Amino acid sequence: MHEVRVAVRKTYKLYIGGAFPRSESGRTYQVTSTDGAFLANAALGSRKDARDAVIAARKAFPGWSGATAYNRGQILYRVAEMLEARRAQFEAEVAAAGESPDTVTESIDRWVWYAGWADKIAQVCGAANPVAGPYFNLSVPEPTGVVAVIAPSTPSLLGLVSVVAPAIVAGNTVVVIASERHPLPAITLAEVLATSDLPGGVVNVLTGRPAEIAPWLATHADVNALDLSGVVDPQLATDLERDAAGTLKRVIRPAATPVDWAAEPGFDRIRALLETKTVWHPRG
Amino acid sequence: MNMFEYAPAPESRSVVSLQSSYGLFIDGEFVDPRDGGTMKTISPATEETLAEVAVATEADVDIAVAAARRAYDTVWGPMPGRDRAKYLFRIARLIQERSRELAVLETLDNGKPIRESRDVDVPLAAAHFFYYAGWADKLAHAGFGADPRPLGVVGQVIPWNFPLLMLAWKIAPALATGNTVVLKPAETTPLTALLFADICRQADLPAGVVNIVTGAGETGAALVRHPEIDKIAFTGSTAVGRNIAQAIAGTRKRLTLELGGKAANIVFDDAPIDQAVEGIVNGIFFNQGHVCCAGSRLLVQESIADELLDALKRRVSQLRVGDPLDKNTDVGAINSAEQLARISELSSAGEAEGATRWSPACELPSQGFWFAPTIFTGVSQAHRIAREEVFGPVLSVLTFRTPAEAIEKANNTQYGLSAGIWTEKGSRILAVADKLRAGVVWANTFNKFDPTSPFGGYKESGYGREGGRHGLEAYCA
Amino acid sequence: MPEQVHTESSLRRFLHGLPGVDTVGAAQRTAMLGTRSIKTTAKAYAIDLAIRMTDLTTLEGADTPGKVRALCQKALHPGAGAPRVAAVCVYPSMVATAHEVLRGSGVELASVATAFPSGQAPLAVRLADTAAAVADGATEIDMVINRGAFLAGRYLEVFEEIQAVKKTCGPAHLKVIMETGELATLDNVRRASWLCMLAGADFIKTSTGKVTPAATLPVTLVMLEAVRDFAAAHGRTIGVKPAGGIRTTKDAMKYLVLVNETAGPDWLDPARFRFGASTLLNDLLMQRTKLSTGHYGGPDYFSLD
Repeated sequence: MHEVRVAVRKTYKLYIGGAFPRSESGRTYQVTSTDGAFLANAALGSRKDARDAVIAARKAFPGWSGATAYNRGQILYRVAEMLEARRAQFEAEVAAAGESPDTVTESIDRWVWYAGWADKIAQVCGAANPVAGPYFNLSVPEPTGVVAVIAPSTPSLLGLVSVVAPAIVAGNTVVVIASERHPLPAITLAEVLATSDLPGGVVNVLTGRPAEIAPWLATHADVNALDLSGVVDPQLATDLERDAAGTLKRVIRPAATPVDWAAEPGFDRIRALLETKTVWHPRG
Repeated sequence: MNMFEYAPAPESRSVVSLQSSYGLFIDGEFVDPRDGGTMKTISPATEETLAEVAVATEADVDIAVAAARRAYDTVWGPMPGRDRAKYLFRIARLIQERSRELAVLETLDNGKPIRESRDVDVPLAAAHFFYYAGWADKLAHAGFGADPRPLGVVGQVIPWNFPLLMLAWKIAPALATGNTVVLKPAETTPLTALLFADICRQADLPAGVVNIVTGAGETGAALVRHPEIDKIAFTGSTAVGRNIAQAIAGTRKRLTLELGGKAANIVFDDAPIDQAVEGIVNGIFFNQGHVCCAGSRLLVQESIADELLDALKRRVSQLRVGDPLDKNTDVGAINSAEQLARISELSSAGEAEGATRWSPACELPSQGFWFAPTIFTGVSQAHRIAREEVFGPVLSVLTFRTPAEAIEKANNTQYGLSAGIWTEKGSRILAVADKLRAGVVWANTFNKFDPTSPFGGYKESGYGREGGRHGLEAYCA
Repeated sequence: MPEQVHTESSLRRFLHGLPGVDTVGAAQRTAMLGTRSIKTTAKAYAIDLAIRMTDLTTLEGADTPGKVRALCQKALHPGAGAPRVAAVCVYPSMVATAHEVLRGSGVELASVATAFPSGQAPLAVRLADTAAAVADGATEIDMVINRGAFLAGRYLEVFEEIQAVKKTCGPAHLKVIMETGELATLDNVRRASWLCMLAGADFIKTSTGKVTPAATLPVTLVMLEAVRDFAAAHGRTIGVKPAGGIRTTKDAMKYLVLVNETAGPDWLDPARFRFGASTLLNDLLMQRTKLSTGHYGGPDYFSLD
């Protein structure tokens, strides 16, 4: 007769600069399933974790934005492959959050969808401009830079993927605050990212309280854009947008009406995190 | 006379008939402001009062926005794109027909040389309307969905450095996409916008589609705050842009901002030197340096710095500073006493911080606001004149040793509007252009603009693009 | 011999080390200067200056002694109160004829030489051509460079030929025609300008007038930059002569503005700037009359020679 094996549980930490540190604050908070069962102690990210994450994201930016679009597409596709391979684990985690396993399928497909965008963006958003003079004139999209994201609280995995993938596909690097209530799929996704050839620092995942961490990101002078998609409290959204104005960050406001995260996302999220650079050169 | 000295060649003022006072242009009519407030607009070259102009208050802005809303709901919003196009084509033609008048008026009110208002501002303004007119019935092909919708009523606030041209950059794409407009011209340069109002009447543009409310900062703030505005488009200082972004936080108002800059103009040792000198001069002395994308930081490779500076000083010594209406004037008047004070203050700071100041010998008129073309050498990135936008004819010269250092210094600013690169080596142009964090990169040229070419900044130089297909995005839902 | 030209390769390195010229930028600079408005007193001064700078030219297969004599008379008597032109420019065979009229007048006698306009003759022939013109009384020689050699990259050959012609000129001033229309690029114009100056040219000249395009403002701009920079580097002042296609007073004004704002006022002198032209003079005279009388003139009031 065999005893029931005692499972080896996972410690959920943060994901910063390609490493999995605990919060520098040493704090954690309990994550429970929908029926109240204890699932794990997640790191309760702090101001200094946010600071470290921004440093990591900035450091990763030149390499990631300078990579070829083909290379970025390959890596995003690799994320989908790795996610597919660990589908069961994600299904269990989203189930514990009371979410459908279909959201895992959608999440995998979303990486594939965005992977294919990598080398199309410049062709869709760029332009050869017929200026009235002897000049070659070309507009090309470029990533905005470091993007701070507050991910939707639910669906925890699909919402996260839906805000991170469009940011990084164009070459941005990201600091994302995962769903406060359901942070575990985010950290497991970080494990996938860490094993998908994605350079460390391109995506940095913080868990904890958006209301505590986000203001530090919104006011951070080395953050270029702020995605408030996951902010539900209108006052917090307003405050963060006002904070972001201090250094004129690009802001994605929370949607006016509830978002169907399962629907095909369209191009808007990619476009919102692009700059357009126009280069002139004489022809003569 | 045994010297070839250009005799005065003033453009005639007679083409312009100024009224002694101007009302607000609301709902197709010039109306008096509710509380009767007025301000004077003067010629910065002579300090002569040109006209009195109404100051719109919150109540006036409210009436203007209501008129724009009515026009949006009843006329302009429902109008087929091809008909909107025809109105815009009419406006473009009227600008061409009245180009001399617009140019002289712009030069009188702004102080810029007539050569520039005649050859740059006014033709480009007409070209902008021509360009966006063509888009009005082709929006489905612009890449913003099958049926892009207008946003509604747009509030637009523009600066004094290119009054008519900035008006065109704002109004043309807004109208092409089916929005209606309430525009506030700059406090010191309202006159060409008011002449434009007359052009709208000559074009039989439906009442309320374009409304012009003159005034100062308070008028602009009232426009920004107004709850019935769907979108704000602003060009001006980063400080004001920041205030606007803060003010609209939590609303559903859309916002595009075209703000300040501190552009690096990078000259490598293999540059076409004579053209680079022209480009440097054009980069910083065009429009008295009142240009957000001015090449105000010259980064020159140390190995050619002395040679280049000699050539630059020789060239700057030839600039003809004076009467803006003279067709041979290269550098006109500073737009206002306030701006002159700021330029003077920053220049003094440059000297106090240890940079070397140089200006050519040039006689400045006794009346009006004037500042001689100025070059600071020995500038480092730490100096205020290398970090803050002077918005005047003041060039800061820094040196670099390697391309990597040039890029690092160029990007070492909170701004990101424009940059210049001078080298005969094509591969270097592409590599450096790639790494510059700036919205417009001019390689072997500078300060070129075209309605088809998107313009706008990175970082604290703002967001959104004006011009080209990209410029439609700011006005489409 | 200047250090740049010790060998073919050092000459090549020097010429190819000169800064490049951006064609669009150069054209834009001249277009901007073309908007200068030259009025009243400035215009009157500039018209007389342009007349004094004119090399009144006839270079036709149909030139005869009668035609050349008439042209020389025109040079000496341009019209009421107008100054004399700088020179008369003719083929070598016409030098003796022109010399009879111009001798002692102060109007220089220029002769094209060196198998003008193509230069495609053996060097000995070209030198003999030059020597003959000088012997017949030419005070200025307008030679053509060997464009074939230049375009083939045989810079030293071009250099040595110019030196040889210069030596043959003796006291006569040497203008070197680069035929910029055949050099095609502004980079070539800059290199050729330096090559000619190093080789001893007193003037560098754009064109023969037999090739299109002849003188253009951007080409002249680059040449003026070259003489300016050469003077700064070597302390020797070289003149510039655009030739061909300059027909109106308005054209001439643009060139004078270009000189004024590129090489500087020092070059606003017939010793340093010339127009090679045939029909320009009458337009200058007509505009001169308009300025002094206040009404427009007609071509019948100006002699056609």
